[in-house]
Amino acid sequence: MAATLSRLDISVDGVSVTYNNARLALYNATCTVEPGTITALVGPNGSGKSTLFKSIMGFLQPSQGRVRIGGFSVQKAQKQQLMAYVPQADEVDWNFPVSVFDVVMMGRYGYMNVLRIPSAKDRRLVMESLERVGMVKYRDRQIGELSGGQKKRAFLARALAQEGKVILLDEPFTGVDVKTEKGMIDLLMELRDEGHTILISTHDLASISTFCDHTILLNRTILAQGKTEETFTKENLELTFGGLPMLSLNQMFESTEVDA
Amino acid sequence: MNQLVVAFPFWHWLVEPLQYEFLIRAIWVSAFVGLVCAVLSCYITLKGWSLMGDAISHAVVPGVVLAYALNIPFAIGAFTFGFGATVAIGYVKSKTRLKEDAVIGIVFTGFFALGLVLVTKIPSNVDLFHILFGNVLGISQQDIIQTLIAGSITLIVILLRRKDLLLFCFDPNHAKAIGLRTQVMYYTLLSVLALTIVAALQTAGIILVISMLVTPGSIGYLLSDRFDHMLWYSVVSSVLSCVLGTYLSYHFDVSTGGMIVVILTTLFVIAMIGAPKYGILAQEWRKRSGPNPEDDENQTVVVDQV
Repeated sequence: MAATLSRLDISVDGVSVTYNNARLALYNATCTVEPGTITALVGPNGSGKSTLFKSIMGFLQPSQGRVRIGGFSVQKAQKQQLMAYVPQADEVDWNFPVSVFDVVMMGRYGYMNVLRIPSAKDRRLVMESLERVGMVKYRDRQIGELSGGQKKRAFLARALAQEGKVILLDEPFTGVDVKTEKGMIDLLMELRDEGHTILISTHDLASISTFCDHTILLNRTILAQGKTEETFTKENLELTFGGLPMLSLNQMFESTEVDA
Repeated sequence: MNQLVVAFPFWHWLVEPLQYEFLIRAIWVSAFVGLVCAVLSCYITLKGWSLMGDAISHAVVPGVVLAYALNIPFAIGAFTFGFGATVAIGYVKSKTRLKEDAVIGIVFTGFFALGLVLVTKIPSNVDLFHILFGNVLGISQQDIIQTLIAGSITLIVILLRRKDLLLFCFDPNHAKAIGLRTQVMYYTLLSVLALTIVAALQTAGIILVISMLVTPGSIGYLLSDRFDHMLWYSVVSSVLSCVLGTYLSYHFDVSTGGMIVVILTTLFVIAMIGAPKYGILAQEWRKRSGPNPEDDENQTVVVDQV
């Protein structure tokens, strides 16, 4: 199974993004997400994590630079269903009248004909994806009736159903209990072993070294990148989180060291 | 025996207007318009485009006036200006630092004012009152045809693209991520919105059409959290209001559009208070009876809709 999946990298080359109000959100960001790895994108609030994510996903057009997914342009990669996206919780309208099953089925739309009538295969893949994240018994719930962890799992199931080889998760562990986080991490590691390339933006410094192979540190531009154990140095973190009180930074740093 | 005598005049009162062909026709037309508006209403309320609907409905006025002056079908003029207004809104928003609501406010009042100036200057037989408030009882054969065409196109487009449009309303980012063209969907939804307004022009008039575009979907939204059910509630409440409103407006000799919207709003109030899950009473009830014990796992589901 793993052999059938060609591994894809994400290459970001000199990307700058300026918003309408002339604020420079991202400056000359160049980084590579190695194929078949779990890579963490780390930086303080307002450091441009979301902007970089949106540029990679093609939700916004960088004013400079370019993004390639396994050598393809973003648009081409999207057309071929190579990229799946798990949104932040606050980007979703949880009152929207759709069930968990409906949401996961949306992952299959790109494979269906114009009328989007699901085939037997589509249904099977949706059920398999639901099973994989342990959400089968909640499939008929309206999405607002789920707990924080279940919501994340529902959208992760959609990404699985889409069979994207590159999966981007924006702050997947906020509002998620420890048990669910552990379950999701195990699943992500499984996916990596099957050949998926996974990029995660996160605040949760403590857990990064336990499962992220690579880390990219970001604050308006790329400050450091590489293997997590090499990138996650005190100096680099201070550089990235410069504005933070040193005490809390030390604590975080020590706890990650213990984990490693 | 006695009952029959009492019942008979009421029966007579009930069926008497139905012998007038113009009234039957008006009822059919408004039922159709009610159907079209109800279907679109579900998408518009979920997308949060109520204000956009209001803008388009006002912006069609100059188009209607010019169409009559140039002797072309009113629907063409109305659609051109209605759709043109949305393009103008999109353009101004992308080129300035203004917020969307401000841009919408500027553009639609500008179009509307232009319409007012034109209607008072260009000699035509356009009755401003009819544009503003509708005139379904006096609708002409030609106008019916235009209404039917505009409404049918809307229904067909939505029927064919319903899943994509729903995805576009729910999660445009995902739509983009799977390679769908969101720009196309954006303009598709705007076009059918403009077409629906054109269809509803003769029935409700531009002032009240926004009610027919927002209220049915909102009723459905309060009554259900499945889109299919929401759609049905929306259609039933809307068609019922249109039929009943047109019929009663003849009886009581009142404004047709007004009567339709009064009934529709009444249905909304009933739904708002009595909806089984999201109604005010149900929420009160839940608050008093405490958390739901049926819920499996301890991850309590909070359904505190604001």
